[in-house]
Amino acid sequence: MTTKIYIPRDSSAIGLGSDLVADQVSRVARSINQDVEIVRNGSRGLIWMEPLLEVETESGRTGFANVDTADVEDLVKSNFSETVMHAKSVGLVNEIPYLKNQERLCFARNGVTDPISIEDYIENGGFKGLSSALELDARSIVDIVTESGLRGRGGAAFPTGIKWNTVLNCQSDQKYIVCNADEGDSGTFSDRMTMEGDPFALIEGMTIAAFAVHATKGYLYLRSEYPHAEVIFNKALEVARDKGYLGENIRGGERSFDIELRRAAGAYICGEETSLLESLEGKRGLVRAKPPLPAISGLFGQPTVVNNVITFSSVPFILANGASAYKNYGMGRSTGTLPIQLAGNIKRGGLVEKAFGVTLNELLYDFGGGSASGRPIRTVQIGGPLGAYIPEKDFDLKLDYETFAAAGAMIGHGGIVVYDETVNMASMARFAMEFCALESCGKCTPCRIGSTRGMETIDKIISGENRFENAELIETLCDTMLHGSLCALGGMIPYPVMSAIKHFPEDFCLEPHATMVAA
Amino acid sequence: MESTDYEDVVSAALEKHSNTEGGLLPILHEVQDALGYIPSDAVDIIGKSINRSRAEVHGVISFYHHFRNHKPGEHIIQVCRSEACQAMGANLVIENLKNKLEIDFHETTSDGKITLEPIYCLGHCACAPAVMVDGVPKAKISSDAMDGIVDELRVLKNDN
Repeated sequence: MTTKIYIPRDSSAIGLGSDLVADQVSRVARSINQDVEIVRNGSRGLIWMEPLLEVETESGRTGFANVDTADVEDLVKSNFSETVMHAKSVGLVNEIPYLKNQERLCFARNGVTDPISIEDYIENGGFKGLSSALELDARSIVDIVTESGLRGRGGAAFPTGIKWNTVLNCQSDQKYIVCNADEGDSGTFSDRMTMEGDPFALIEGMTIAAFAVHATKGYLYLRSEYPHAEVIFNKALEVARDKGYLGENIRGGERSFDIELRRAAGAYICGEETSLLESLEGKRGLVRAKPPLPAISGLFGQPTVVNNVITFSSVPFILANGASAYKNYGMGRSTGTLPIQLAGNIKRGGLVEKAFGVTLNELLYDFGGGSASGRPIRTVQIGGPLGAYIPEKDFDLKLDYETFAAAGAMIGHGGIVVYDETVNMASMARFAMEFCALESCGKCTPCRIGSTRGMETIDKIISGENRFENAELIETLCDTMLHGSLCALGGMIPYPVMSAIKHFPEDFCLEPHATMVAA
Repeated sequence: MESTDYEDVVSAALEKHSNTEGGLLPILHEVQDALGYIPSDAVDIIGKSINRSRAEVHGVISFYHHFRNHKPGEHIIQVCRSEACQAMGANLVIENLKNKLEIDFHETTSDGKITLEPIYCLGHCACAPAVMVDGVPKAKISSDAMDGIVDELRVLKNDN
């Protein structure tokens, strides 16, 4: 009898050895003539368990965590016996609390299916949203998305339905759907996991968006740092075209839509939507002044929907199950779920999709299990390099766009980078300015010059040169950048810098502190 | 690939993307994928063919961190410098790596074997620190593991 096993092809899993494990499994199985079928699935998001090898059994899929090539011979020869491989056995994967306690709407299939098998996708609920959309006119689709309360998951949290409505109302022969897959924020990988683990969900979401605004052409702007996602997504595009889910007269209907993958080239700023559009047009990624909004005059001057990967991949559930099914999750104006990414110094790093309203404490300790180093967690940075550092006293904050904004923080793309007590916040503040200087597009002065001056001034504080005067200067500079920059890069880099100074002045020797006395 | 072949590579890229709207990035990617960098002589040819000035094409190449204007070493090590990796000790790994290779970022070892580049997030933030070696991701990397990788690369010939 053939044993069906699953070994992820997710690039983090590969980074932890899953390709080697898969090779070794087929080699050993061949050598003893054992019939093994290997499916290269996406990752479940239990990254700390990767490579997570799963075996299909009568009672469900059972798992073996952190499988090493050295384990493979025993695994295969015992026919994946949980008793023989007791140390690595994690039992039924669906029963693992980390997974069981999530609300997976976007990530329902990730790790379950073969990402490039359209049959697998359909068997697991795929294209139900598209089927509904095929029966609806554009206006009705926009209304459902508006009613769901879905907000942009890239970071800005702008209501998706309102954006789509603007594009729908524009008169134009050519409209575009652009997917922002330039996931540059450190601590975030949910876009990558979607493209590598469930690419058809993104294709389905983009197609529904196209139907909603009468667009016929879509672009996926994918960062060059994600070569594995590029291979998988391109393959998924081919399969979708072949099966009539992309191209002319989709599913025999009247509407046509296709998607082209465009590789970015390593500029963080191109995650900003107008810079991204410039880049797609073959130019330097200089930020455009708004207005005009991209919804009115976007790619090649045409009305354009620009949304993040997770925004699009949230849409199929909404169309399949209705706006209220989605709205039942979440709190306040933050409806639905957010795929949260636990990253950095965290014991159980990975992807946790939860309804809005979950607290940082629950995420960091119940799911994450505390720091990886075992030392106390000192701070977390949420929302990428432009997100504020949050001190431990605020870990009871609920994940909700408005709650975070009121606390001077942001949720952004939902990445949480964890630091233990060994972190030096002055060097993190300096890194923020350094990163801004490196990635600034150069169009506006506060960002272009301010970031370099900021870096120099923090260096002066660190070396003890007119510490308090320079701290005041940083504050003024941050104020200028915050209010005077053209986009979020220069406009938000003050958040990590100022939050570091505010919550951890001792790291800048700005308060009487043991290290200062010693110095 | 020999450097004299660059003209073939460039014309193939131009032909492939002659009808691609906003196709400059795809053209540059084709060239760099084949040659490892974008030769200065290619800039003129590309500019003329898509009706943009040499300055414009150069401006695009220099704007993006991904594009190189020098031939890299046989192997490329890209090390993540981002926050999540820093939280797991990336800076120490980077320092040791630079010392071992005796080069800084954007440089190639004197034997032409290894080029070292910084990268800002590979998306392996839950298993940091991460690097990519000739396009292959390596996660939860330690200084010792990195030393081992470098030793292997030094005796390995890149078939790509």
